[in-house]
Amino acid sequence: MAVIIFLVIAALLVAGGFLISFFWATNDGQFDDTYTPSIRILFDEEKPAENHKSA
Amino acid sequence: MTLNETKIACYHCGDDCADSPIMLEDKHFCCHGCKTVYEILQDNNLCSYYDLNQHAGISLKSSNFNGKFDYLADEKIQAQLLDFQSESIKKVTLFIPAIHCSSCVWLLENFNKIQTGIFTARLNFLRKELSLSYDPAKVNLQTIIELLATLGYEPLINLQSAEHQPKQNKVQRRLILQIGVVGFCMGNIMLLSFPEYFKLDLNNLVDAAYQRFFLYLNFLLSLPVFFFGASDYLKGAIISVKENLKRKTNVLSVDIPIALGITALFVRSSFETFVNHSAGYWDSLAGLVFFLLTGKWVQQMTYNYLSFERNYKSYFPLAVKARGGYKNVSELQKGDIIDIHNQELIPADSLLISDRAYIDYSFVTGESEPIKKEKGELIYAGGRLIGEKVYLTVQKQVSQSYLTELWNNDAFKKEKRTPTIDLANAFSKYFTYTALLIALATGVYWYFVQPELIWKSVTAVLMVACPCALTLSMPFTMNTTMGIFGRNKFFVKNQMVVQLLTEINEVVFDKTGTLTENKNGQLHFVDGQLKEQEKSWIGQLAAQSVHPLSKMIYQYLGVGKGIISYYNEIKGMGVEGIVDRNFIRLGNAEFLGLPISGVSASQVNVEINREYRGYFTIKSEYRKNWKEVLQQIQKNFKMALVSGDNDEEKENLSPFFDKSRLLFNQKPQDKLDYIKREQEEGKHVLMIGDGLNDAGALRQSNVGIALSEDVQAFSPACDAILDASQFNRLTDFLGFSKKALRIVKASFLLSVIYNFIGIGWAVSGKLSPVMAAIFMPLSSLSVVLFAVGMTYLFAKLKKLI
Repeated sequence: MAVIIFLVIAALLVAGGFLISFFWATNDGQFDDTYTPSIRILFDEEKPAENHKSA
Repeated sequence: MTLNETKIACYHCGDDCADSPIMLEDKHFCCHGCKTVYEILQDNNLCSYYDLNQHAGISLKSSNFNGKFDYLADEKIQAQLLDFQSESIKKVTLFIPAIHCSSCVWLLENFNKIQTGIFTARLNFLRKELSLSYDPAKVNLQTIIELLATLGYEPLINLQSAEHQPKQNKVQRRLILQIGVVGFCMGNIMLLSFPEYFKLDLNNLVDAAYQRFFLYLNFLLSLPVFFFGASDYLKGAIISVKENLKRKTNVLSVDIPIALGITALFVRSSFETFVNHSAGYWDSLAGLVFFLLTGKWVQQMTYNYLSFERNYKSYFPLAVKARGGYKNVSELQKGDIIDIHNQELIPADSLLISDRAYIDYSFVTGESEPIKKEKGELIYAGGRLIGEKVYLTVQKQVSQSYLTELWNNDAFKKEKRTPTIDLANAFSKYFTYTALLIALATGVYWYFVQPELIWKSVTAVLMVACPCALTLSMPFTMNTTMGIFGRNKFFVKNQMVVQLLTEINEVVFDKTGTLTENKNGQLHFVDGQLKEQEKSWIGQLAAQSVHPLSKMIYQYLGVGKGIISYYNEIKGMGVEGIVDRNFIRLGNAEFLGLPISGVSASQVNVEINREYRGYFTIKSEYRKNWKEVLQQIQKNFKMALVSGDNDEEKENLSPFFDKSRLLFNQKPQDKLDYIKREQEEGKHVLMIGDGLNDAGALRQSNVGIALSEDVQAFSPACDAILDASQFNRLTDFLGFSKKALRIVKASFLLSVIYNFIGIGWAVSGKLSPVMAAIFMPLSSLSVVLFAVGMTYLFAKLKKLI
């Protein structure tokens, strides 16, 4: 059962890794503008010119 | 001429293409501007712009920016706009009001594909800000901005753009980090506390070892909660205690009972962990701090994309054409000679060198008609030139001008008044003393009955008495209220404003732009209707004249292609002519032989084939429903009107306002002083205005509301921005803010009831960690739900949602 202790510590370390990435994301300004990315994600990658629709 | 009945929409902007659409391939365009944009996009393979939204483009019919950005070629002026510059890279952030849909985001973020030399383009949609970085060796700022303007995304550059405001993001980021860290710790602590709740067998050696392990881990995890997450509350409490000891104030900040509760939880739990080796209240501590921080976050949520802090600088241009190149407006000196073009702003008090000029002061002084100035007259800063280009000699620096001096007033230096009673803090005073008293009584009681229970029960009382639910009810109610107001296009600056609104007992109006519509020097046709065909005739006739009003008419109507067979202009009277065999006369009342009553200099009467059709005017009309709004407000509030305009409208307004409260010809400073006098009599004044001339009054008033046709456009510094279309709902907003305050009070009561139940357990020394872990979050959550639910319910009843 001592494995529980090991597992808890391992779990905490993994979660801690995410906490650090959260710190990085915040300081990088990812939460400064929470609206524009919701639009940006809808854009497709570059399309070839002849593909675009006509009106 | 036969009109094509089926309308053809412009492929770019969706506007109706006039009689002769411009064709390119199989697409129709309404003007050459739109076609140009299409061509630029096509050349750069960026036509998915049109797939994202139909008619995404911005109509370019009326824009003309030739030479408008020439001043950007000046290195010094350019440097003021840049965020960063070095040999190889320059960075700039531009405010672009025209951004309106996802296509804009897509196009502007692909800007580097259109213009070589651009490294990156990033857009903040809500703030409408485009951040660019570019290579100064390959492209310059003027080219970039002119290209943006060609595409229809003309950046707004004014004197304010040169001041790089410190970003507010730092505070917000810290709070987000705190919430993140505390949330992380809370989750883990709750998980690790579970075994404890299921009654571990402490006689079993293995179980006991685990229990120790979990306890110590919990302790470690709660260190960041206490020292990082709760640090602001602890600091706030210490400051408040110090101020009370120094007798600076007798208000006990709400931070004190919170800090007491948090500290009690921390100390008691540490004691349980290290001395008793039994479960502490770690999960309650983390949950409490998490809720508090969430409440704080909600409290800080504001419309950060709206600017409530603008002053004259966001209205004035950045640079002006002077002799020998462009000059930064803030560096203008006495004696400088400047050129001002049609529709441009006069940046500093100056003397007119040219023969005459028409100046529109409606925005800065409230005067509704353009004023005619002759050679040698002094022109005050802030007016907008209508008509031909003029030369001026600067008399005073921008910051010393007649208009801008207002900003040197004391009202702009002090912080705005806070609500007379800060509810949470007022409550906290009684709350803290009561909680301490109960804790003391409990201690004394157990001292005589069962001394070993003192420690347990006293700390439990302090823990439970923590007014978490109390501090949550205010931000959540107010935030919901703000949201409901926002849906109705009434944007308040922060939560305090909602509270201030409840105290209002006098409403002061501005006239021009507030009770009347603000058209800002825009021409409009009154008293009749004109057909499209007639409009083009009039435009064509007006184009023959150089009079500023004629010029405005043909710019407004456009110039047709008819044949003019006769034309005659009588100076100072009007013009007449025959266009396509129709006899058209434009001019003042005398010219057309109309009865002269209330004649206005800026009125152009129209006669077609000897038939009177109406007139063009720059003067604004009253808003729809203005009478009803005034009647509603009259019932519950004292009212006053302070206008910068003359008393022409006195008769129209006198049914609504007391004679002594109907003031005309008020300078900006007079308006401010009027509000101040009323406040000294104990009134809580709400000021509604729109222009720069109201800026002082808006600032001095308890709540200043700026009325705006476009909330993103310029409005002077204020506490709230009201969209002009919602003007008639003003009383609803005032009424609802009172409801919101009542909801806050009701939820205070609810949370006090919770506290008494909790304290009941605490005094008896029976508050177990499990009970605390369930009871404390539950009480907080139910208070929040109550507050938000009630606010929505009342908003539904009041038809605000």
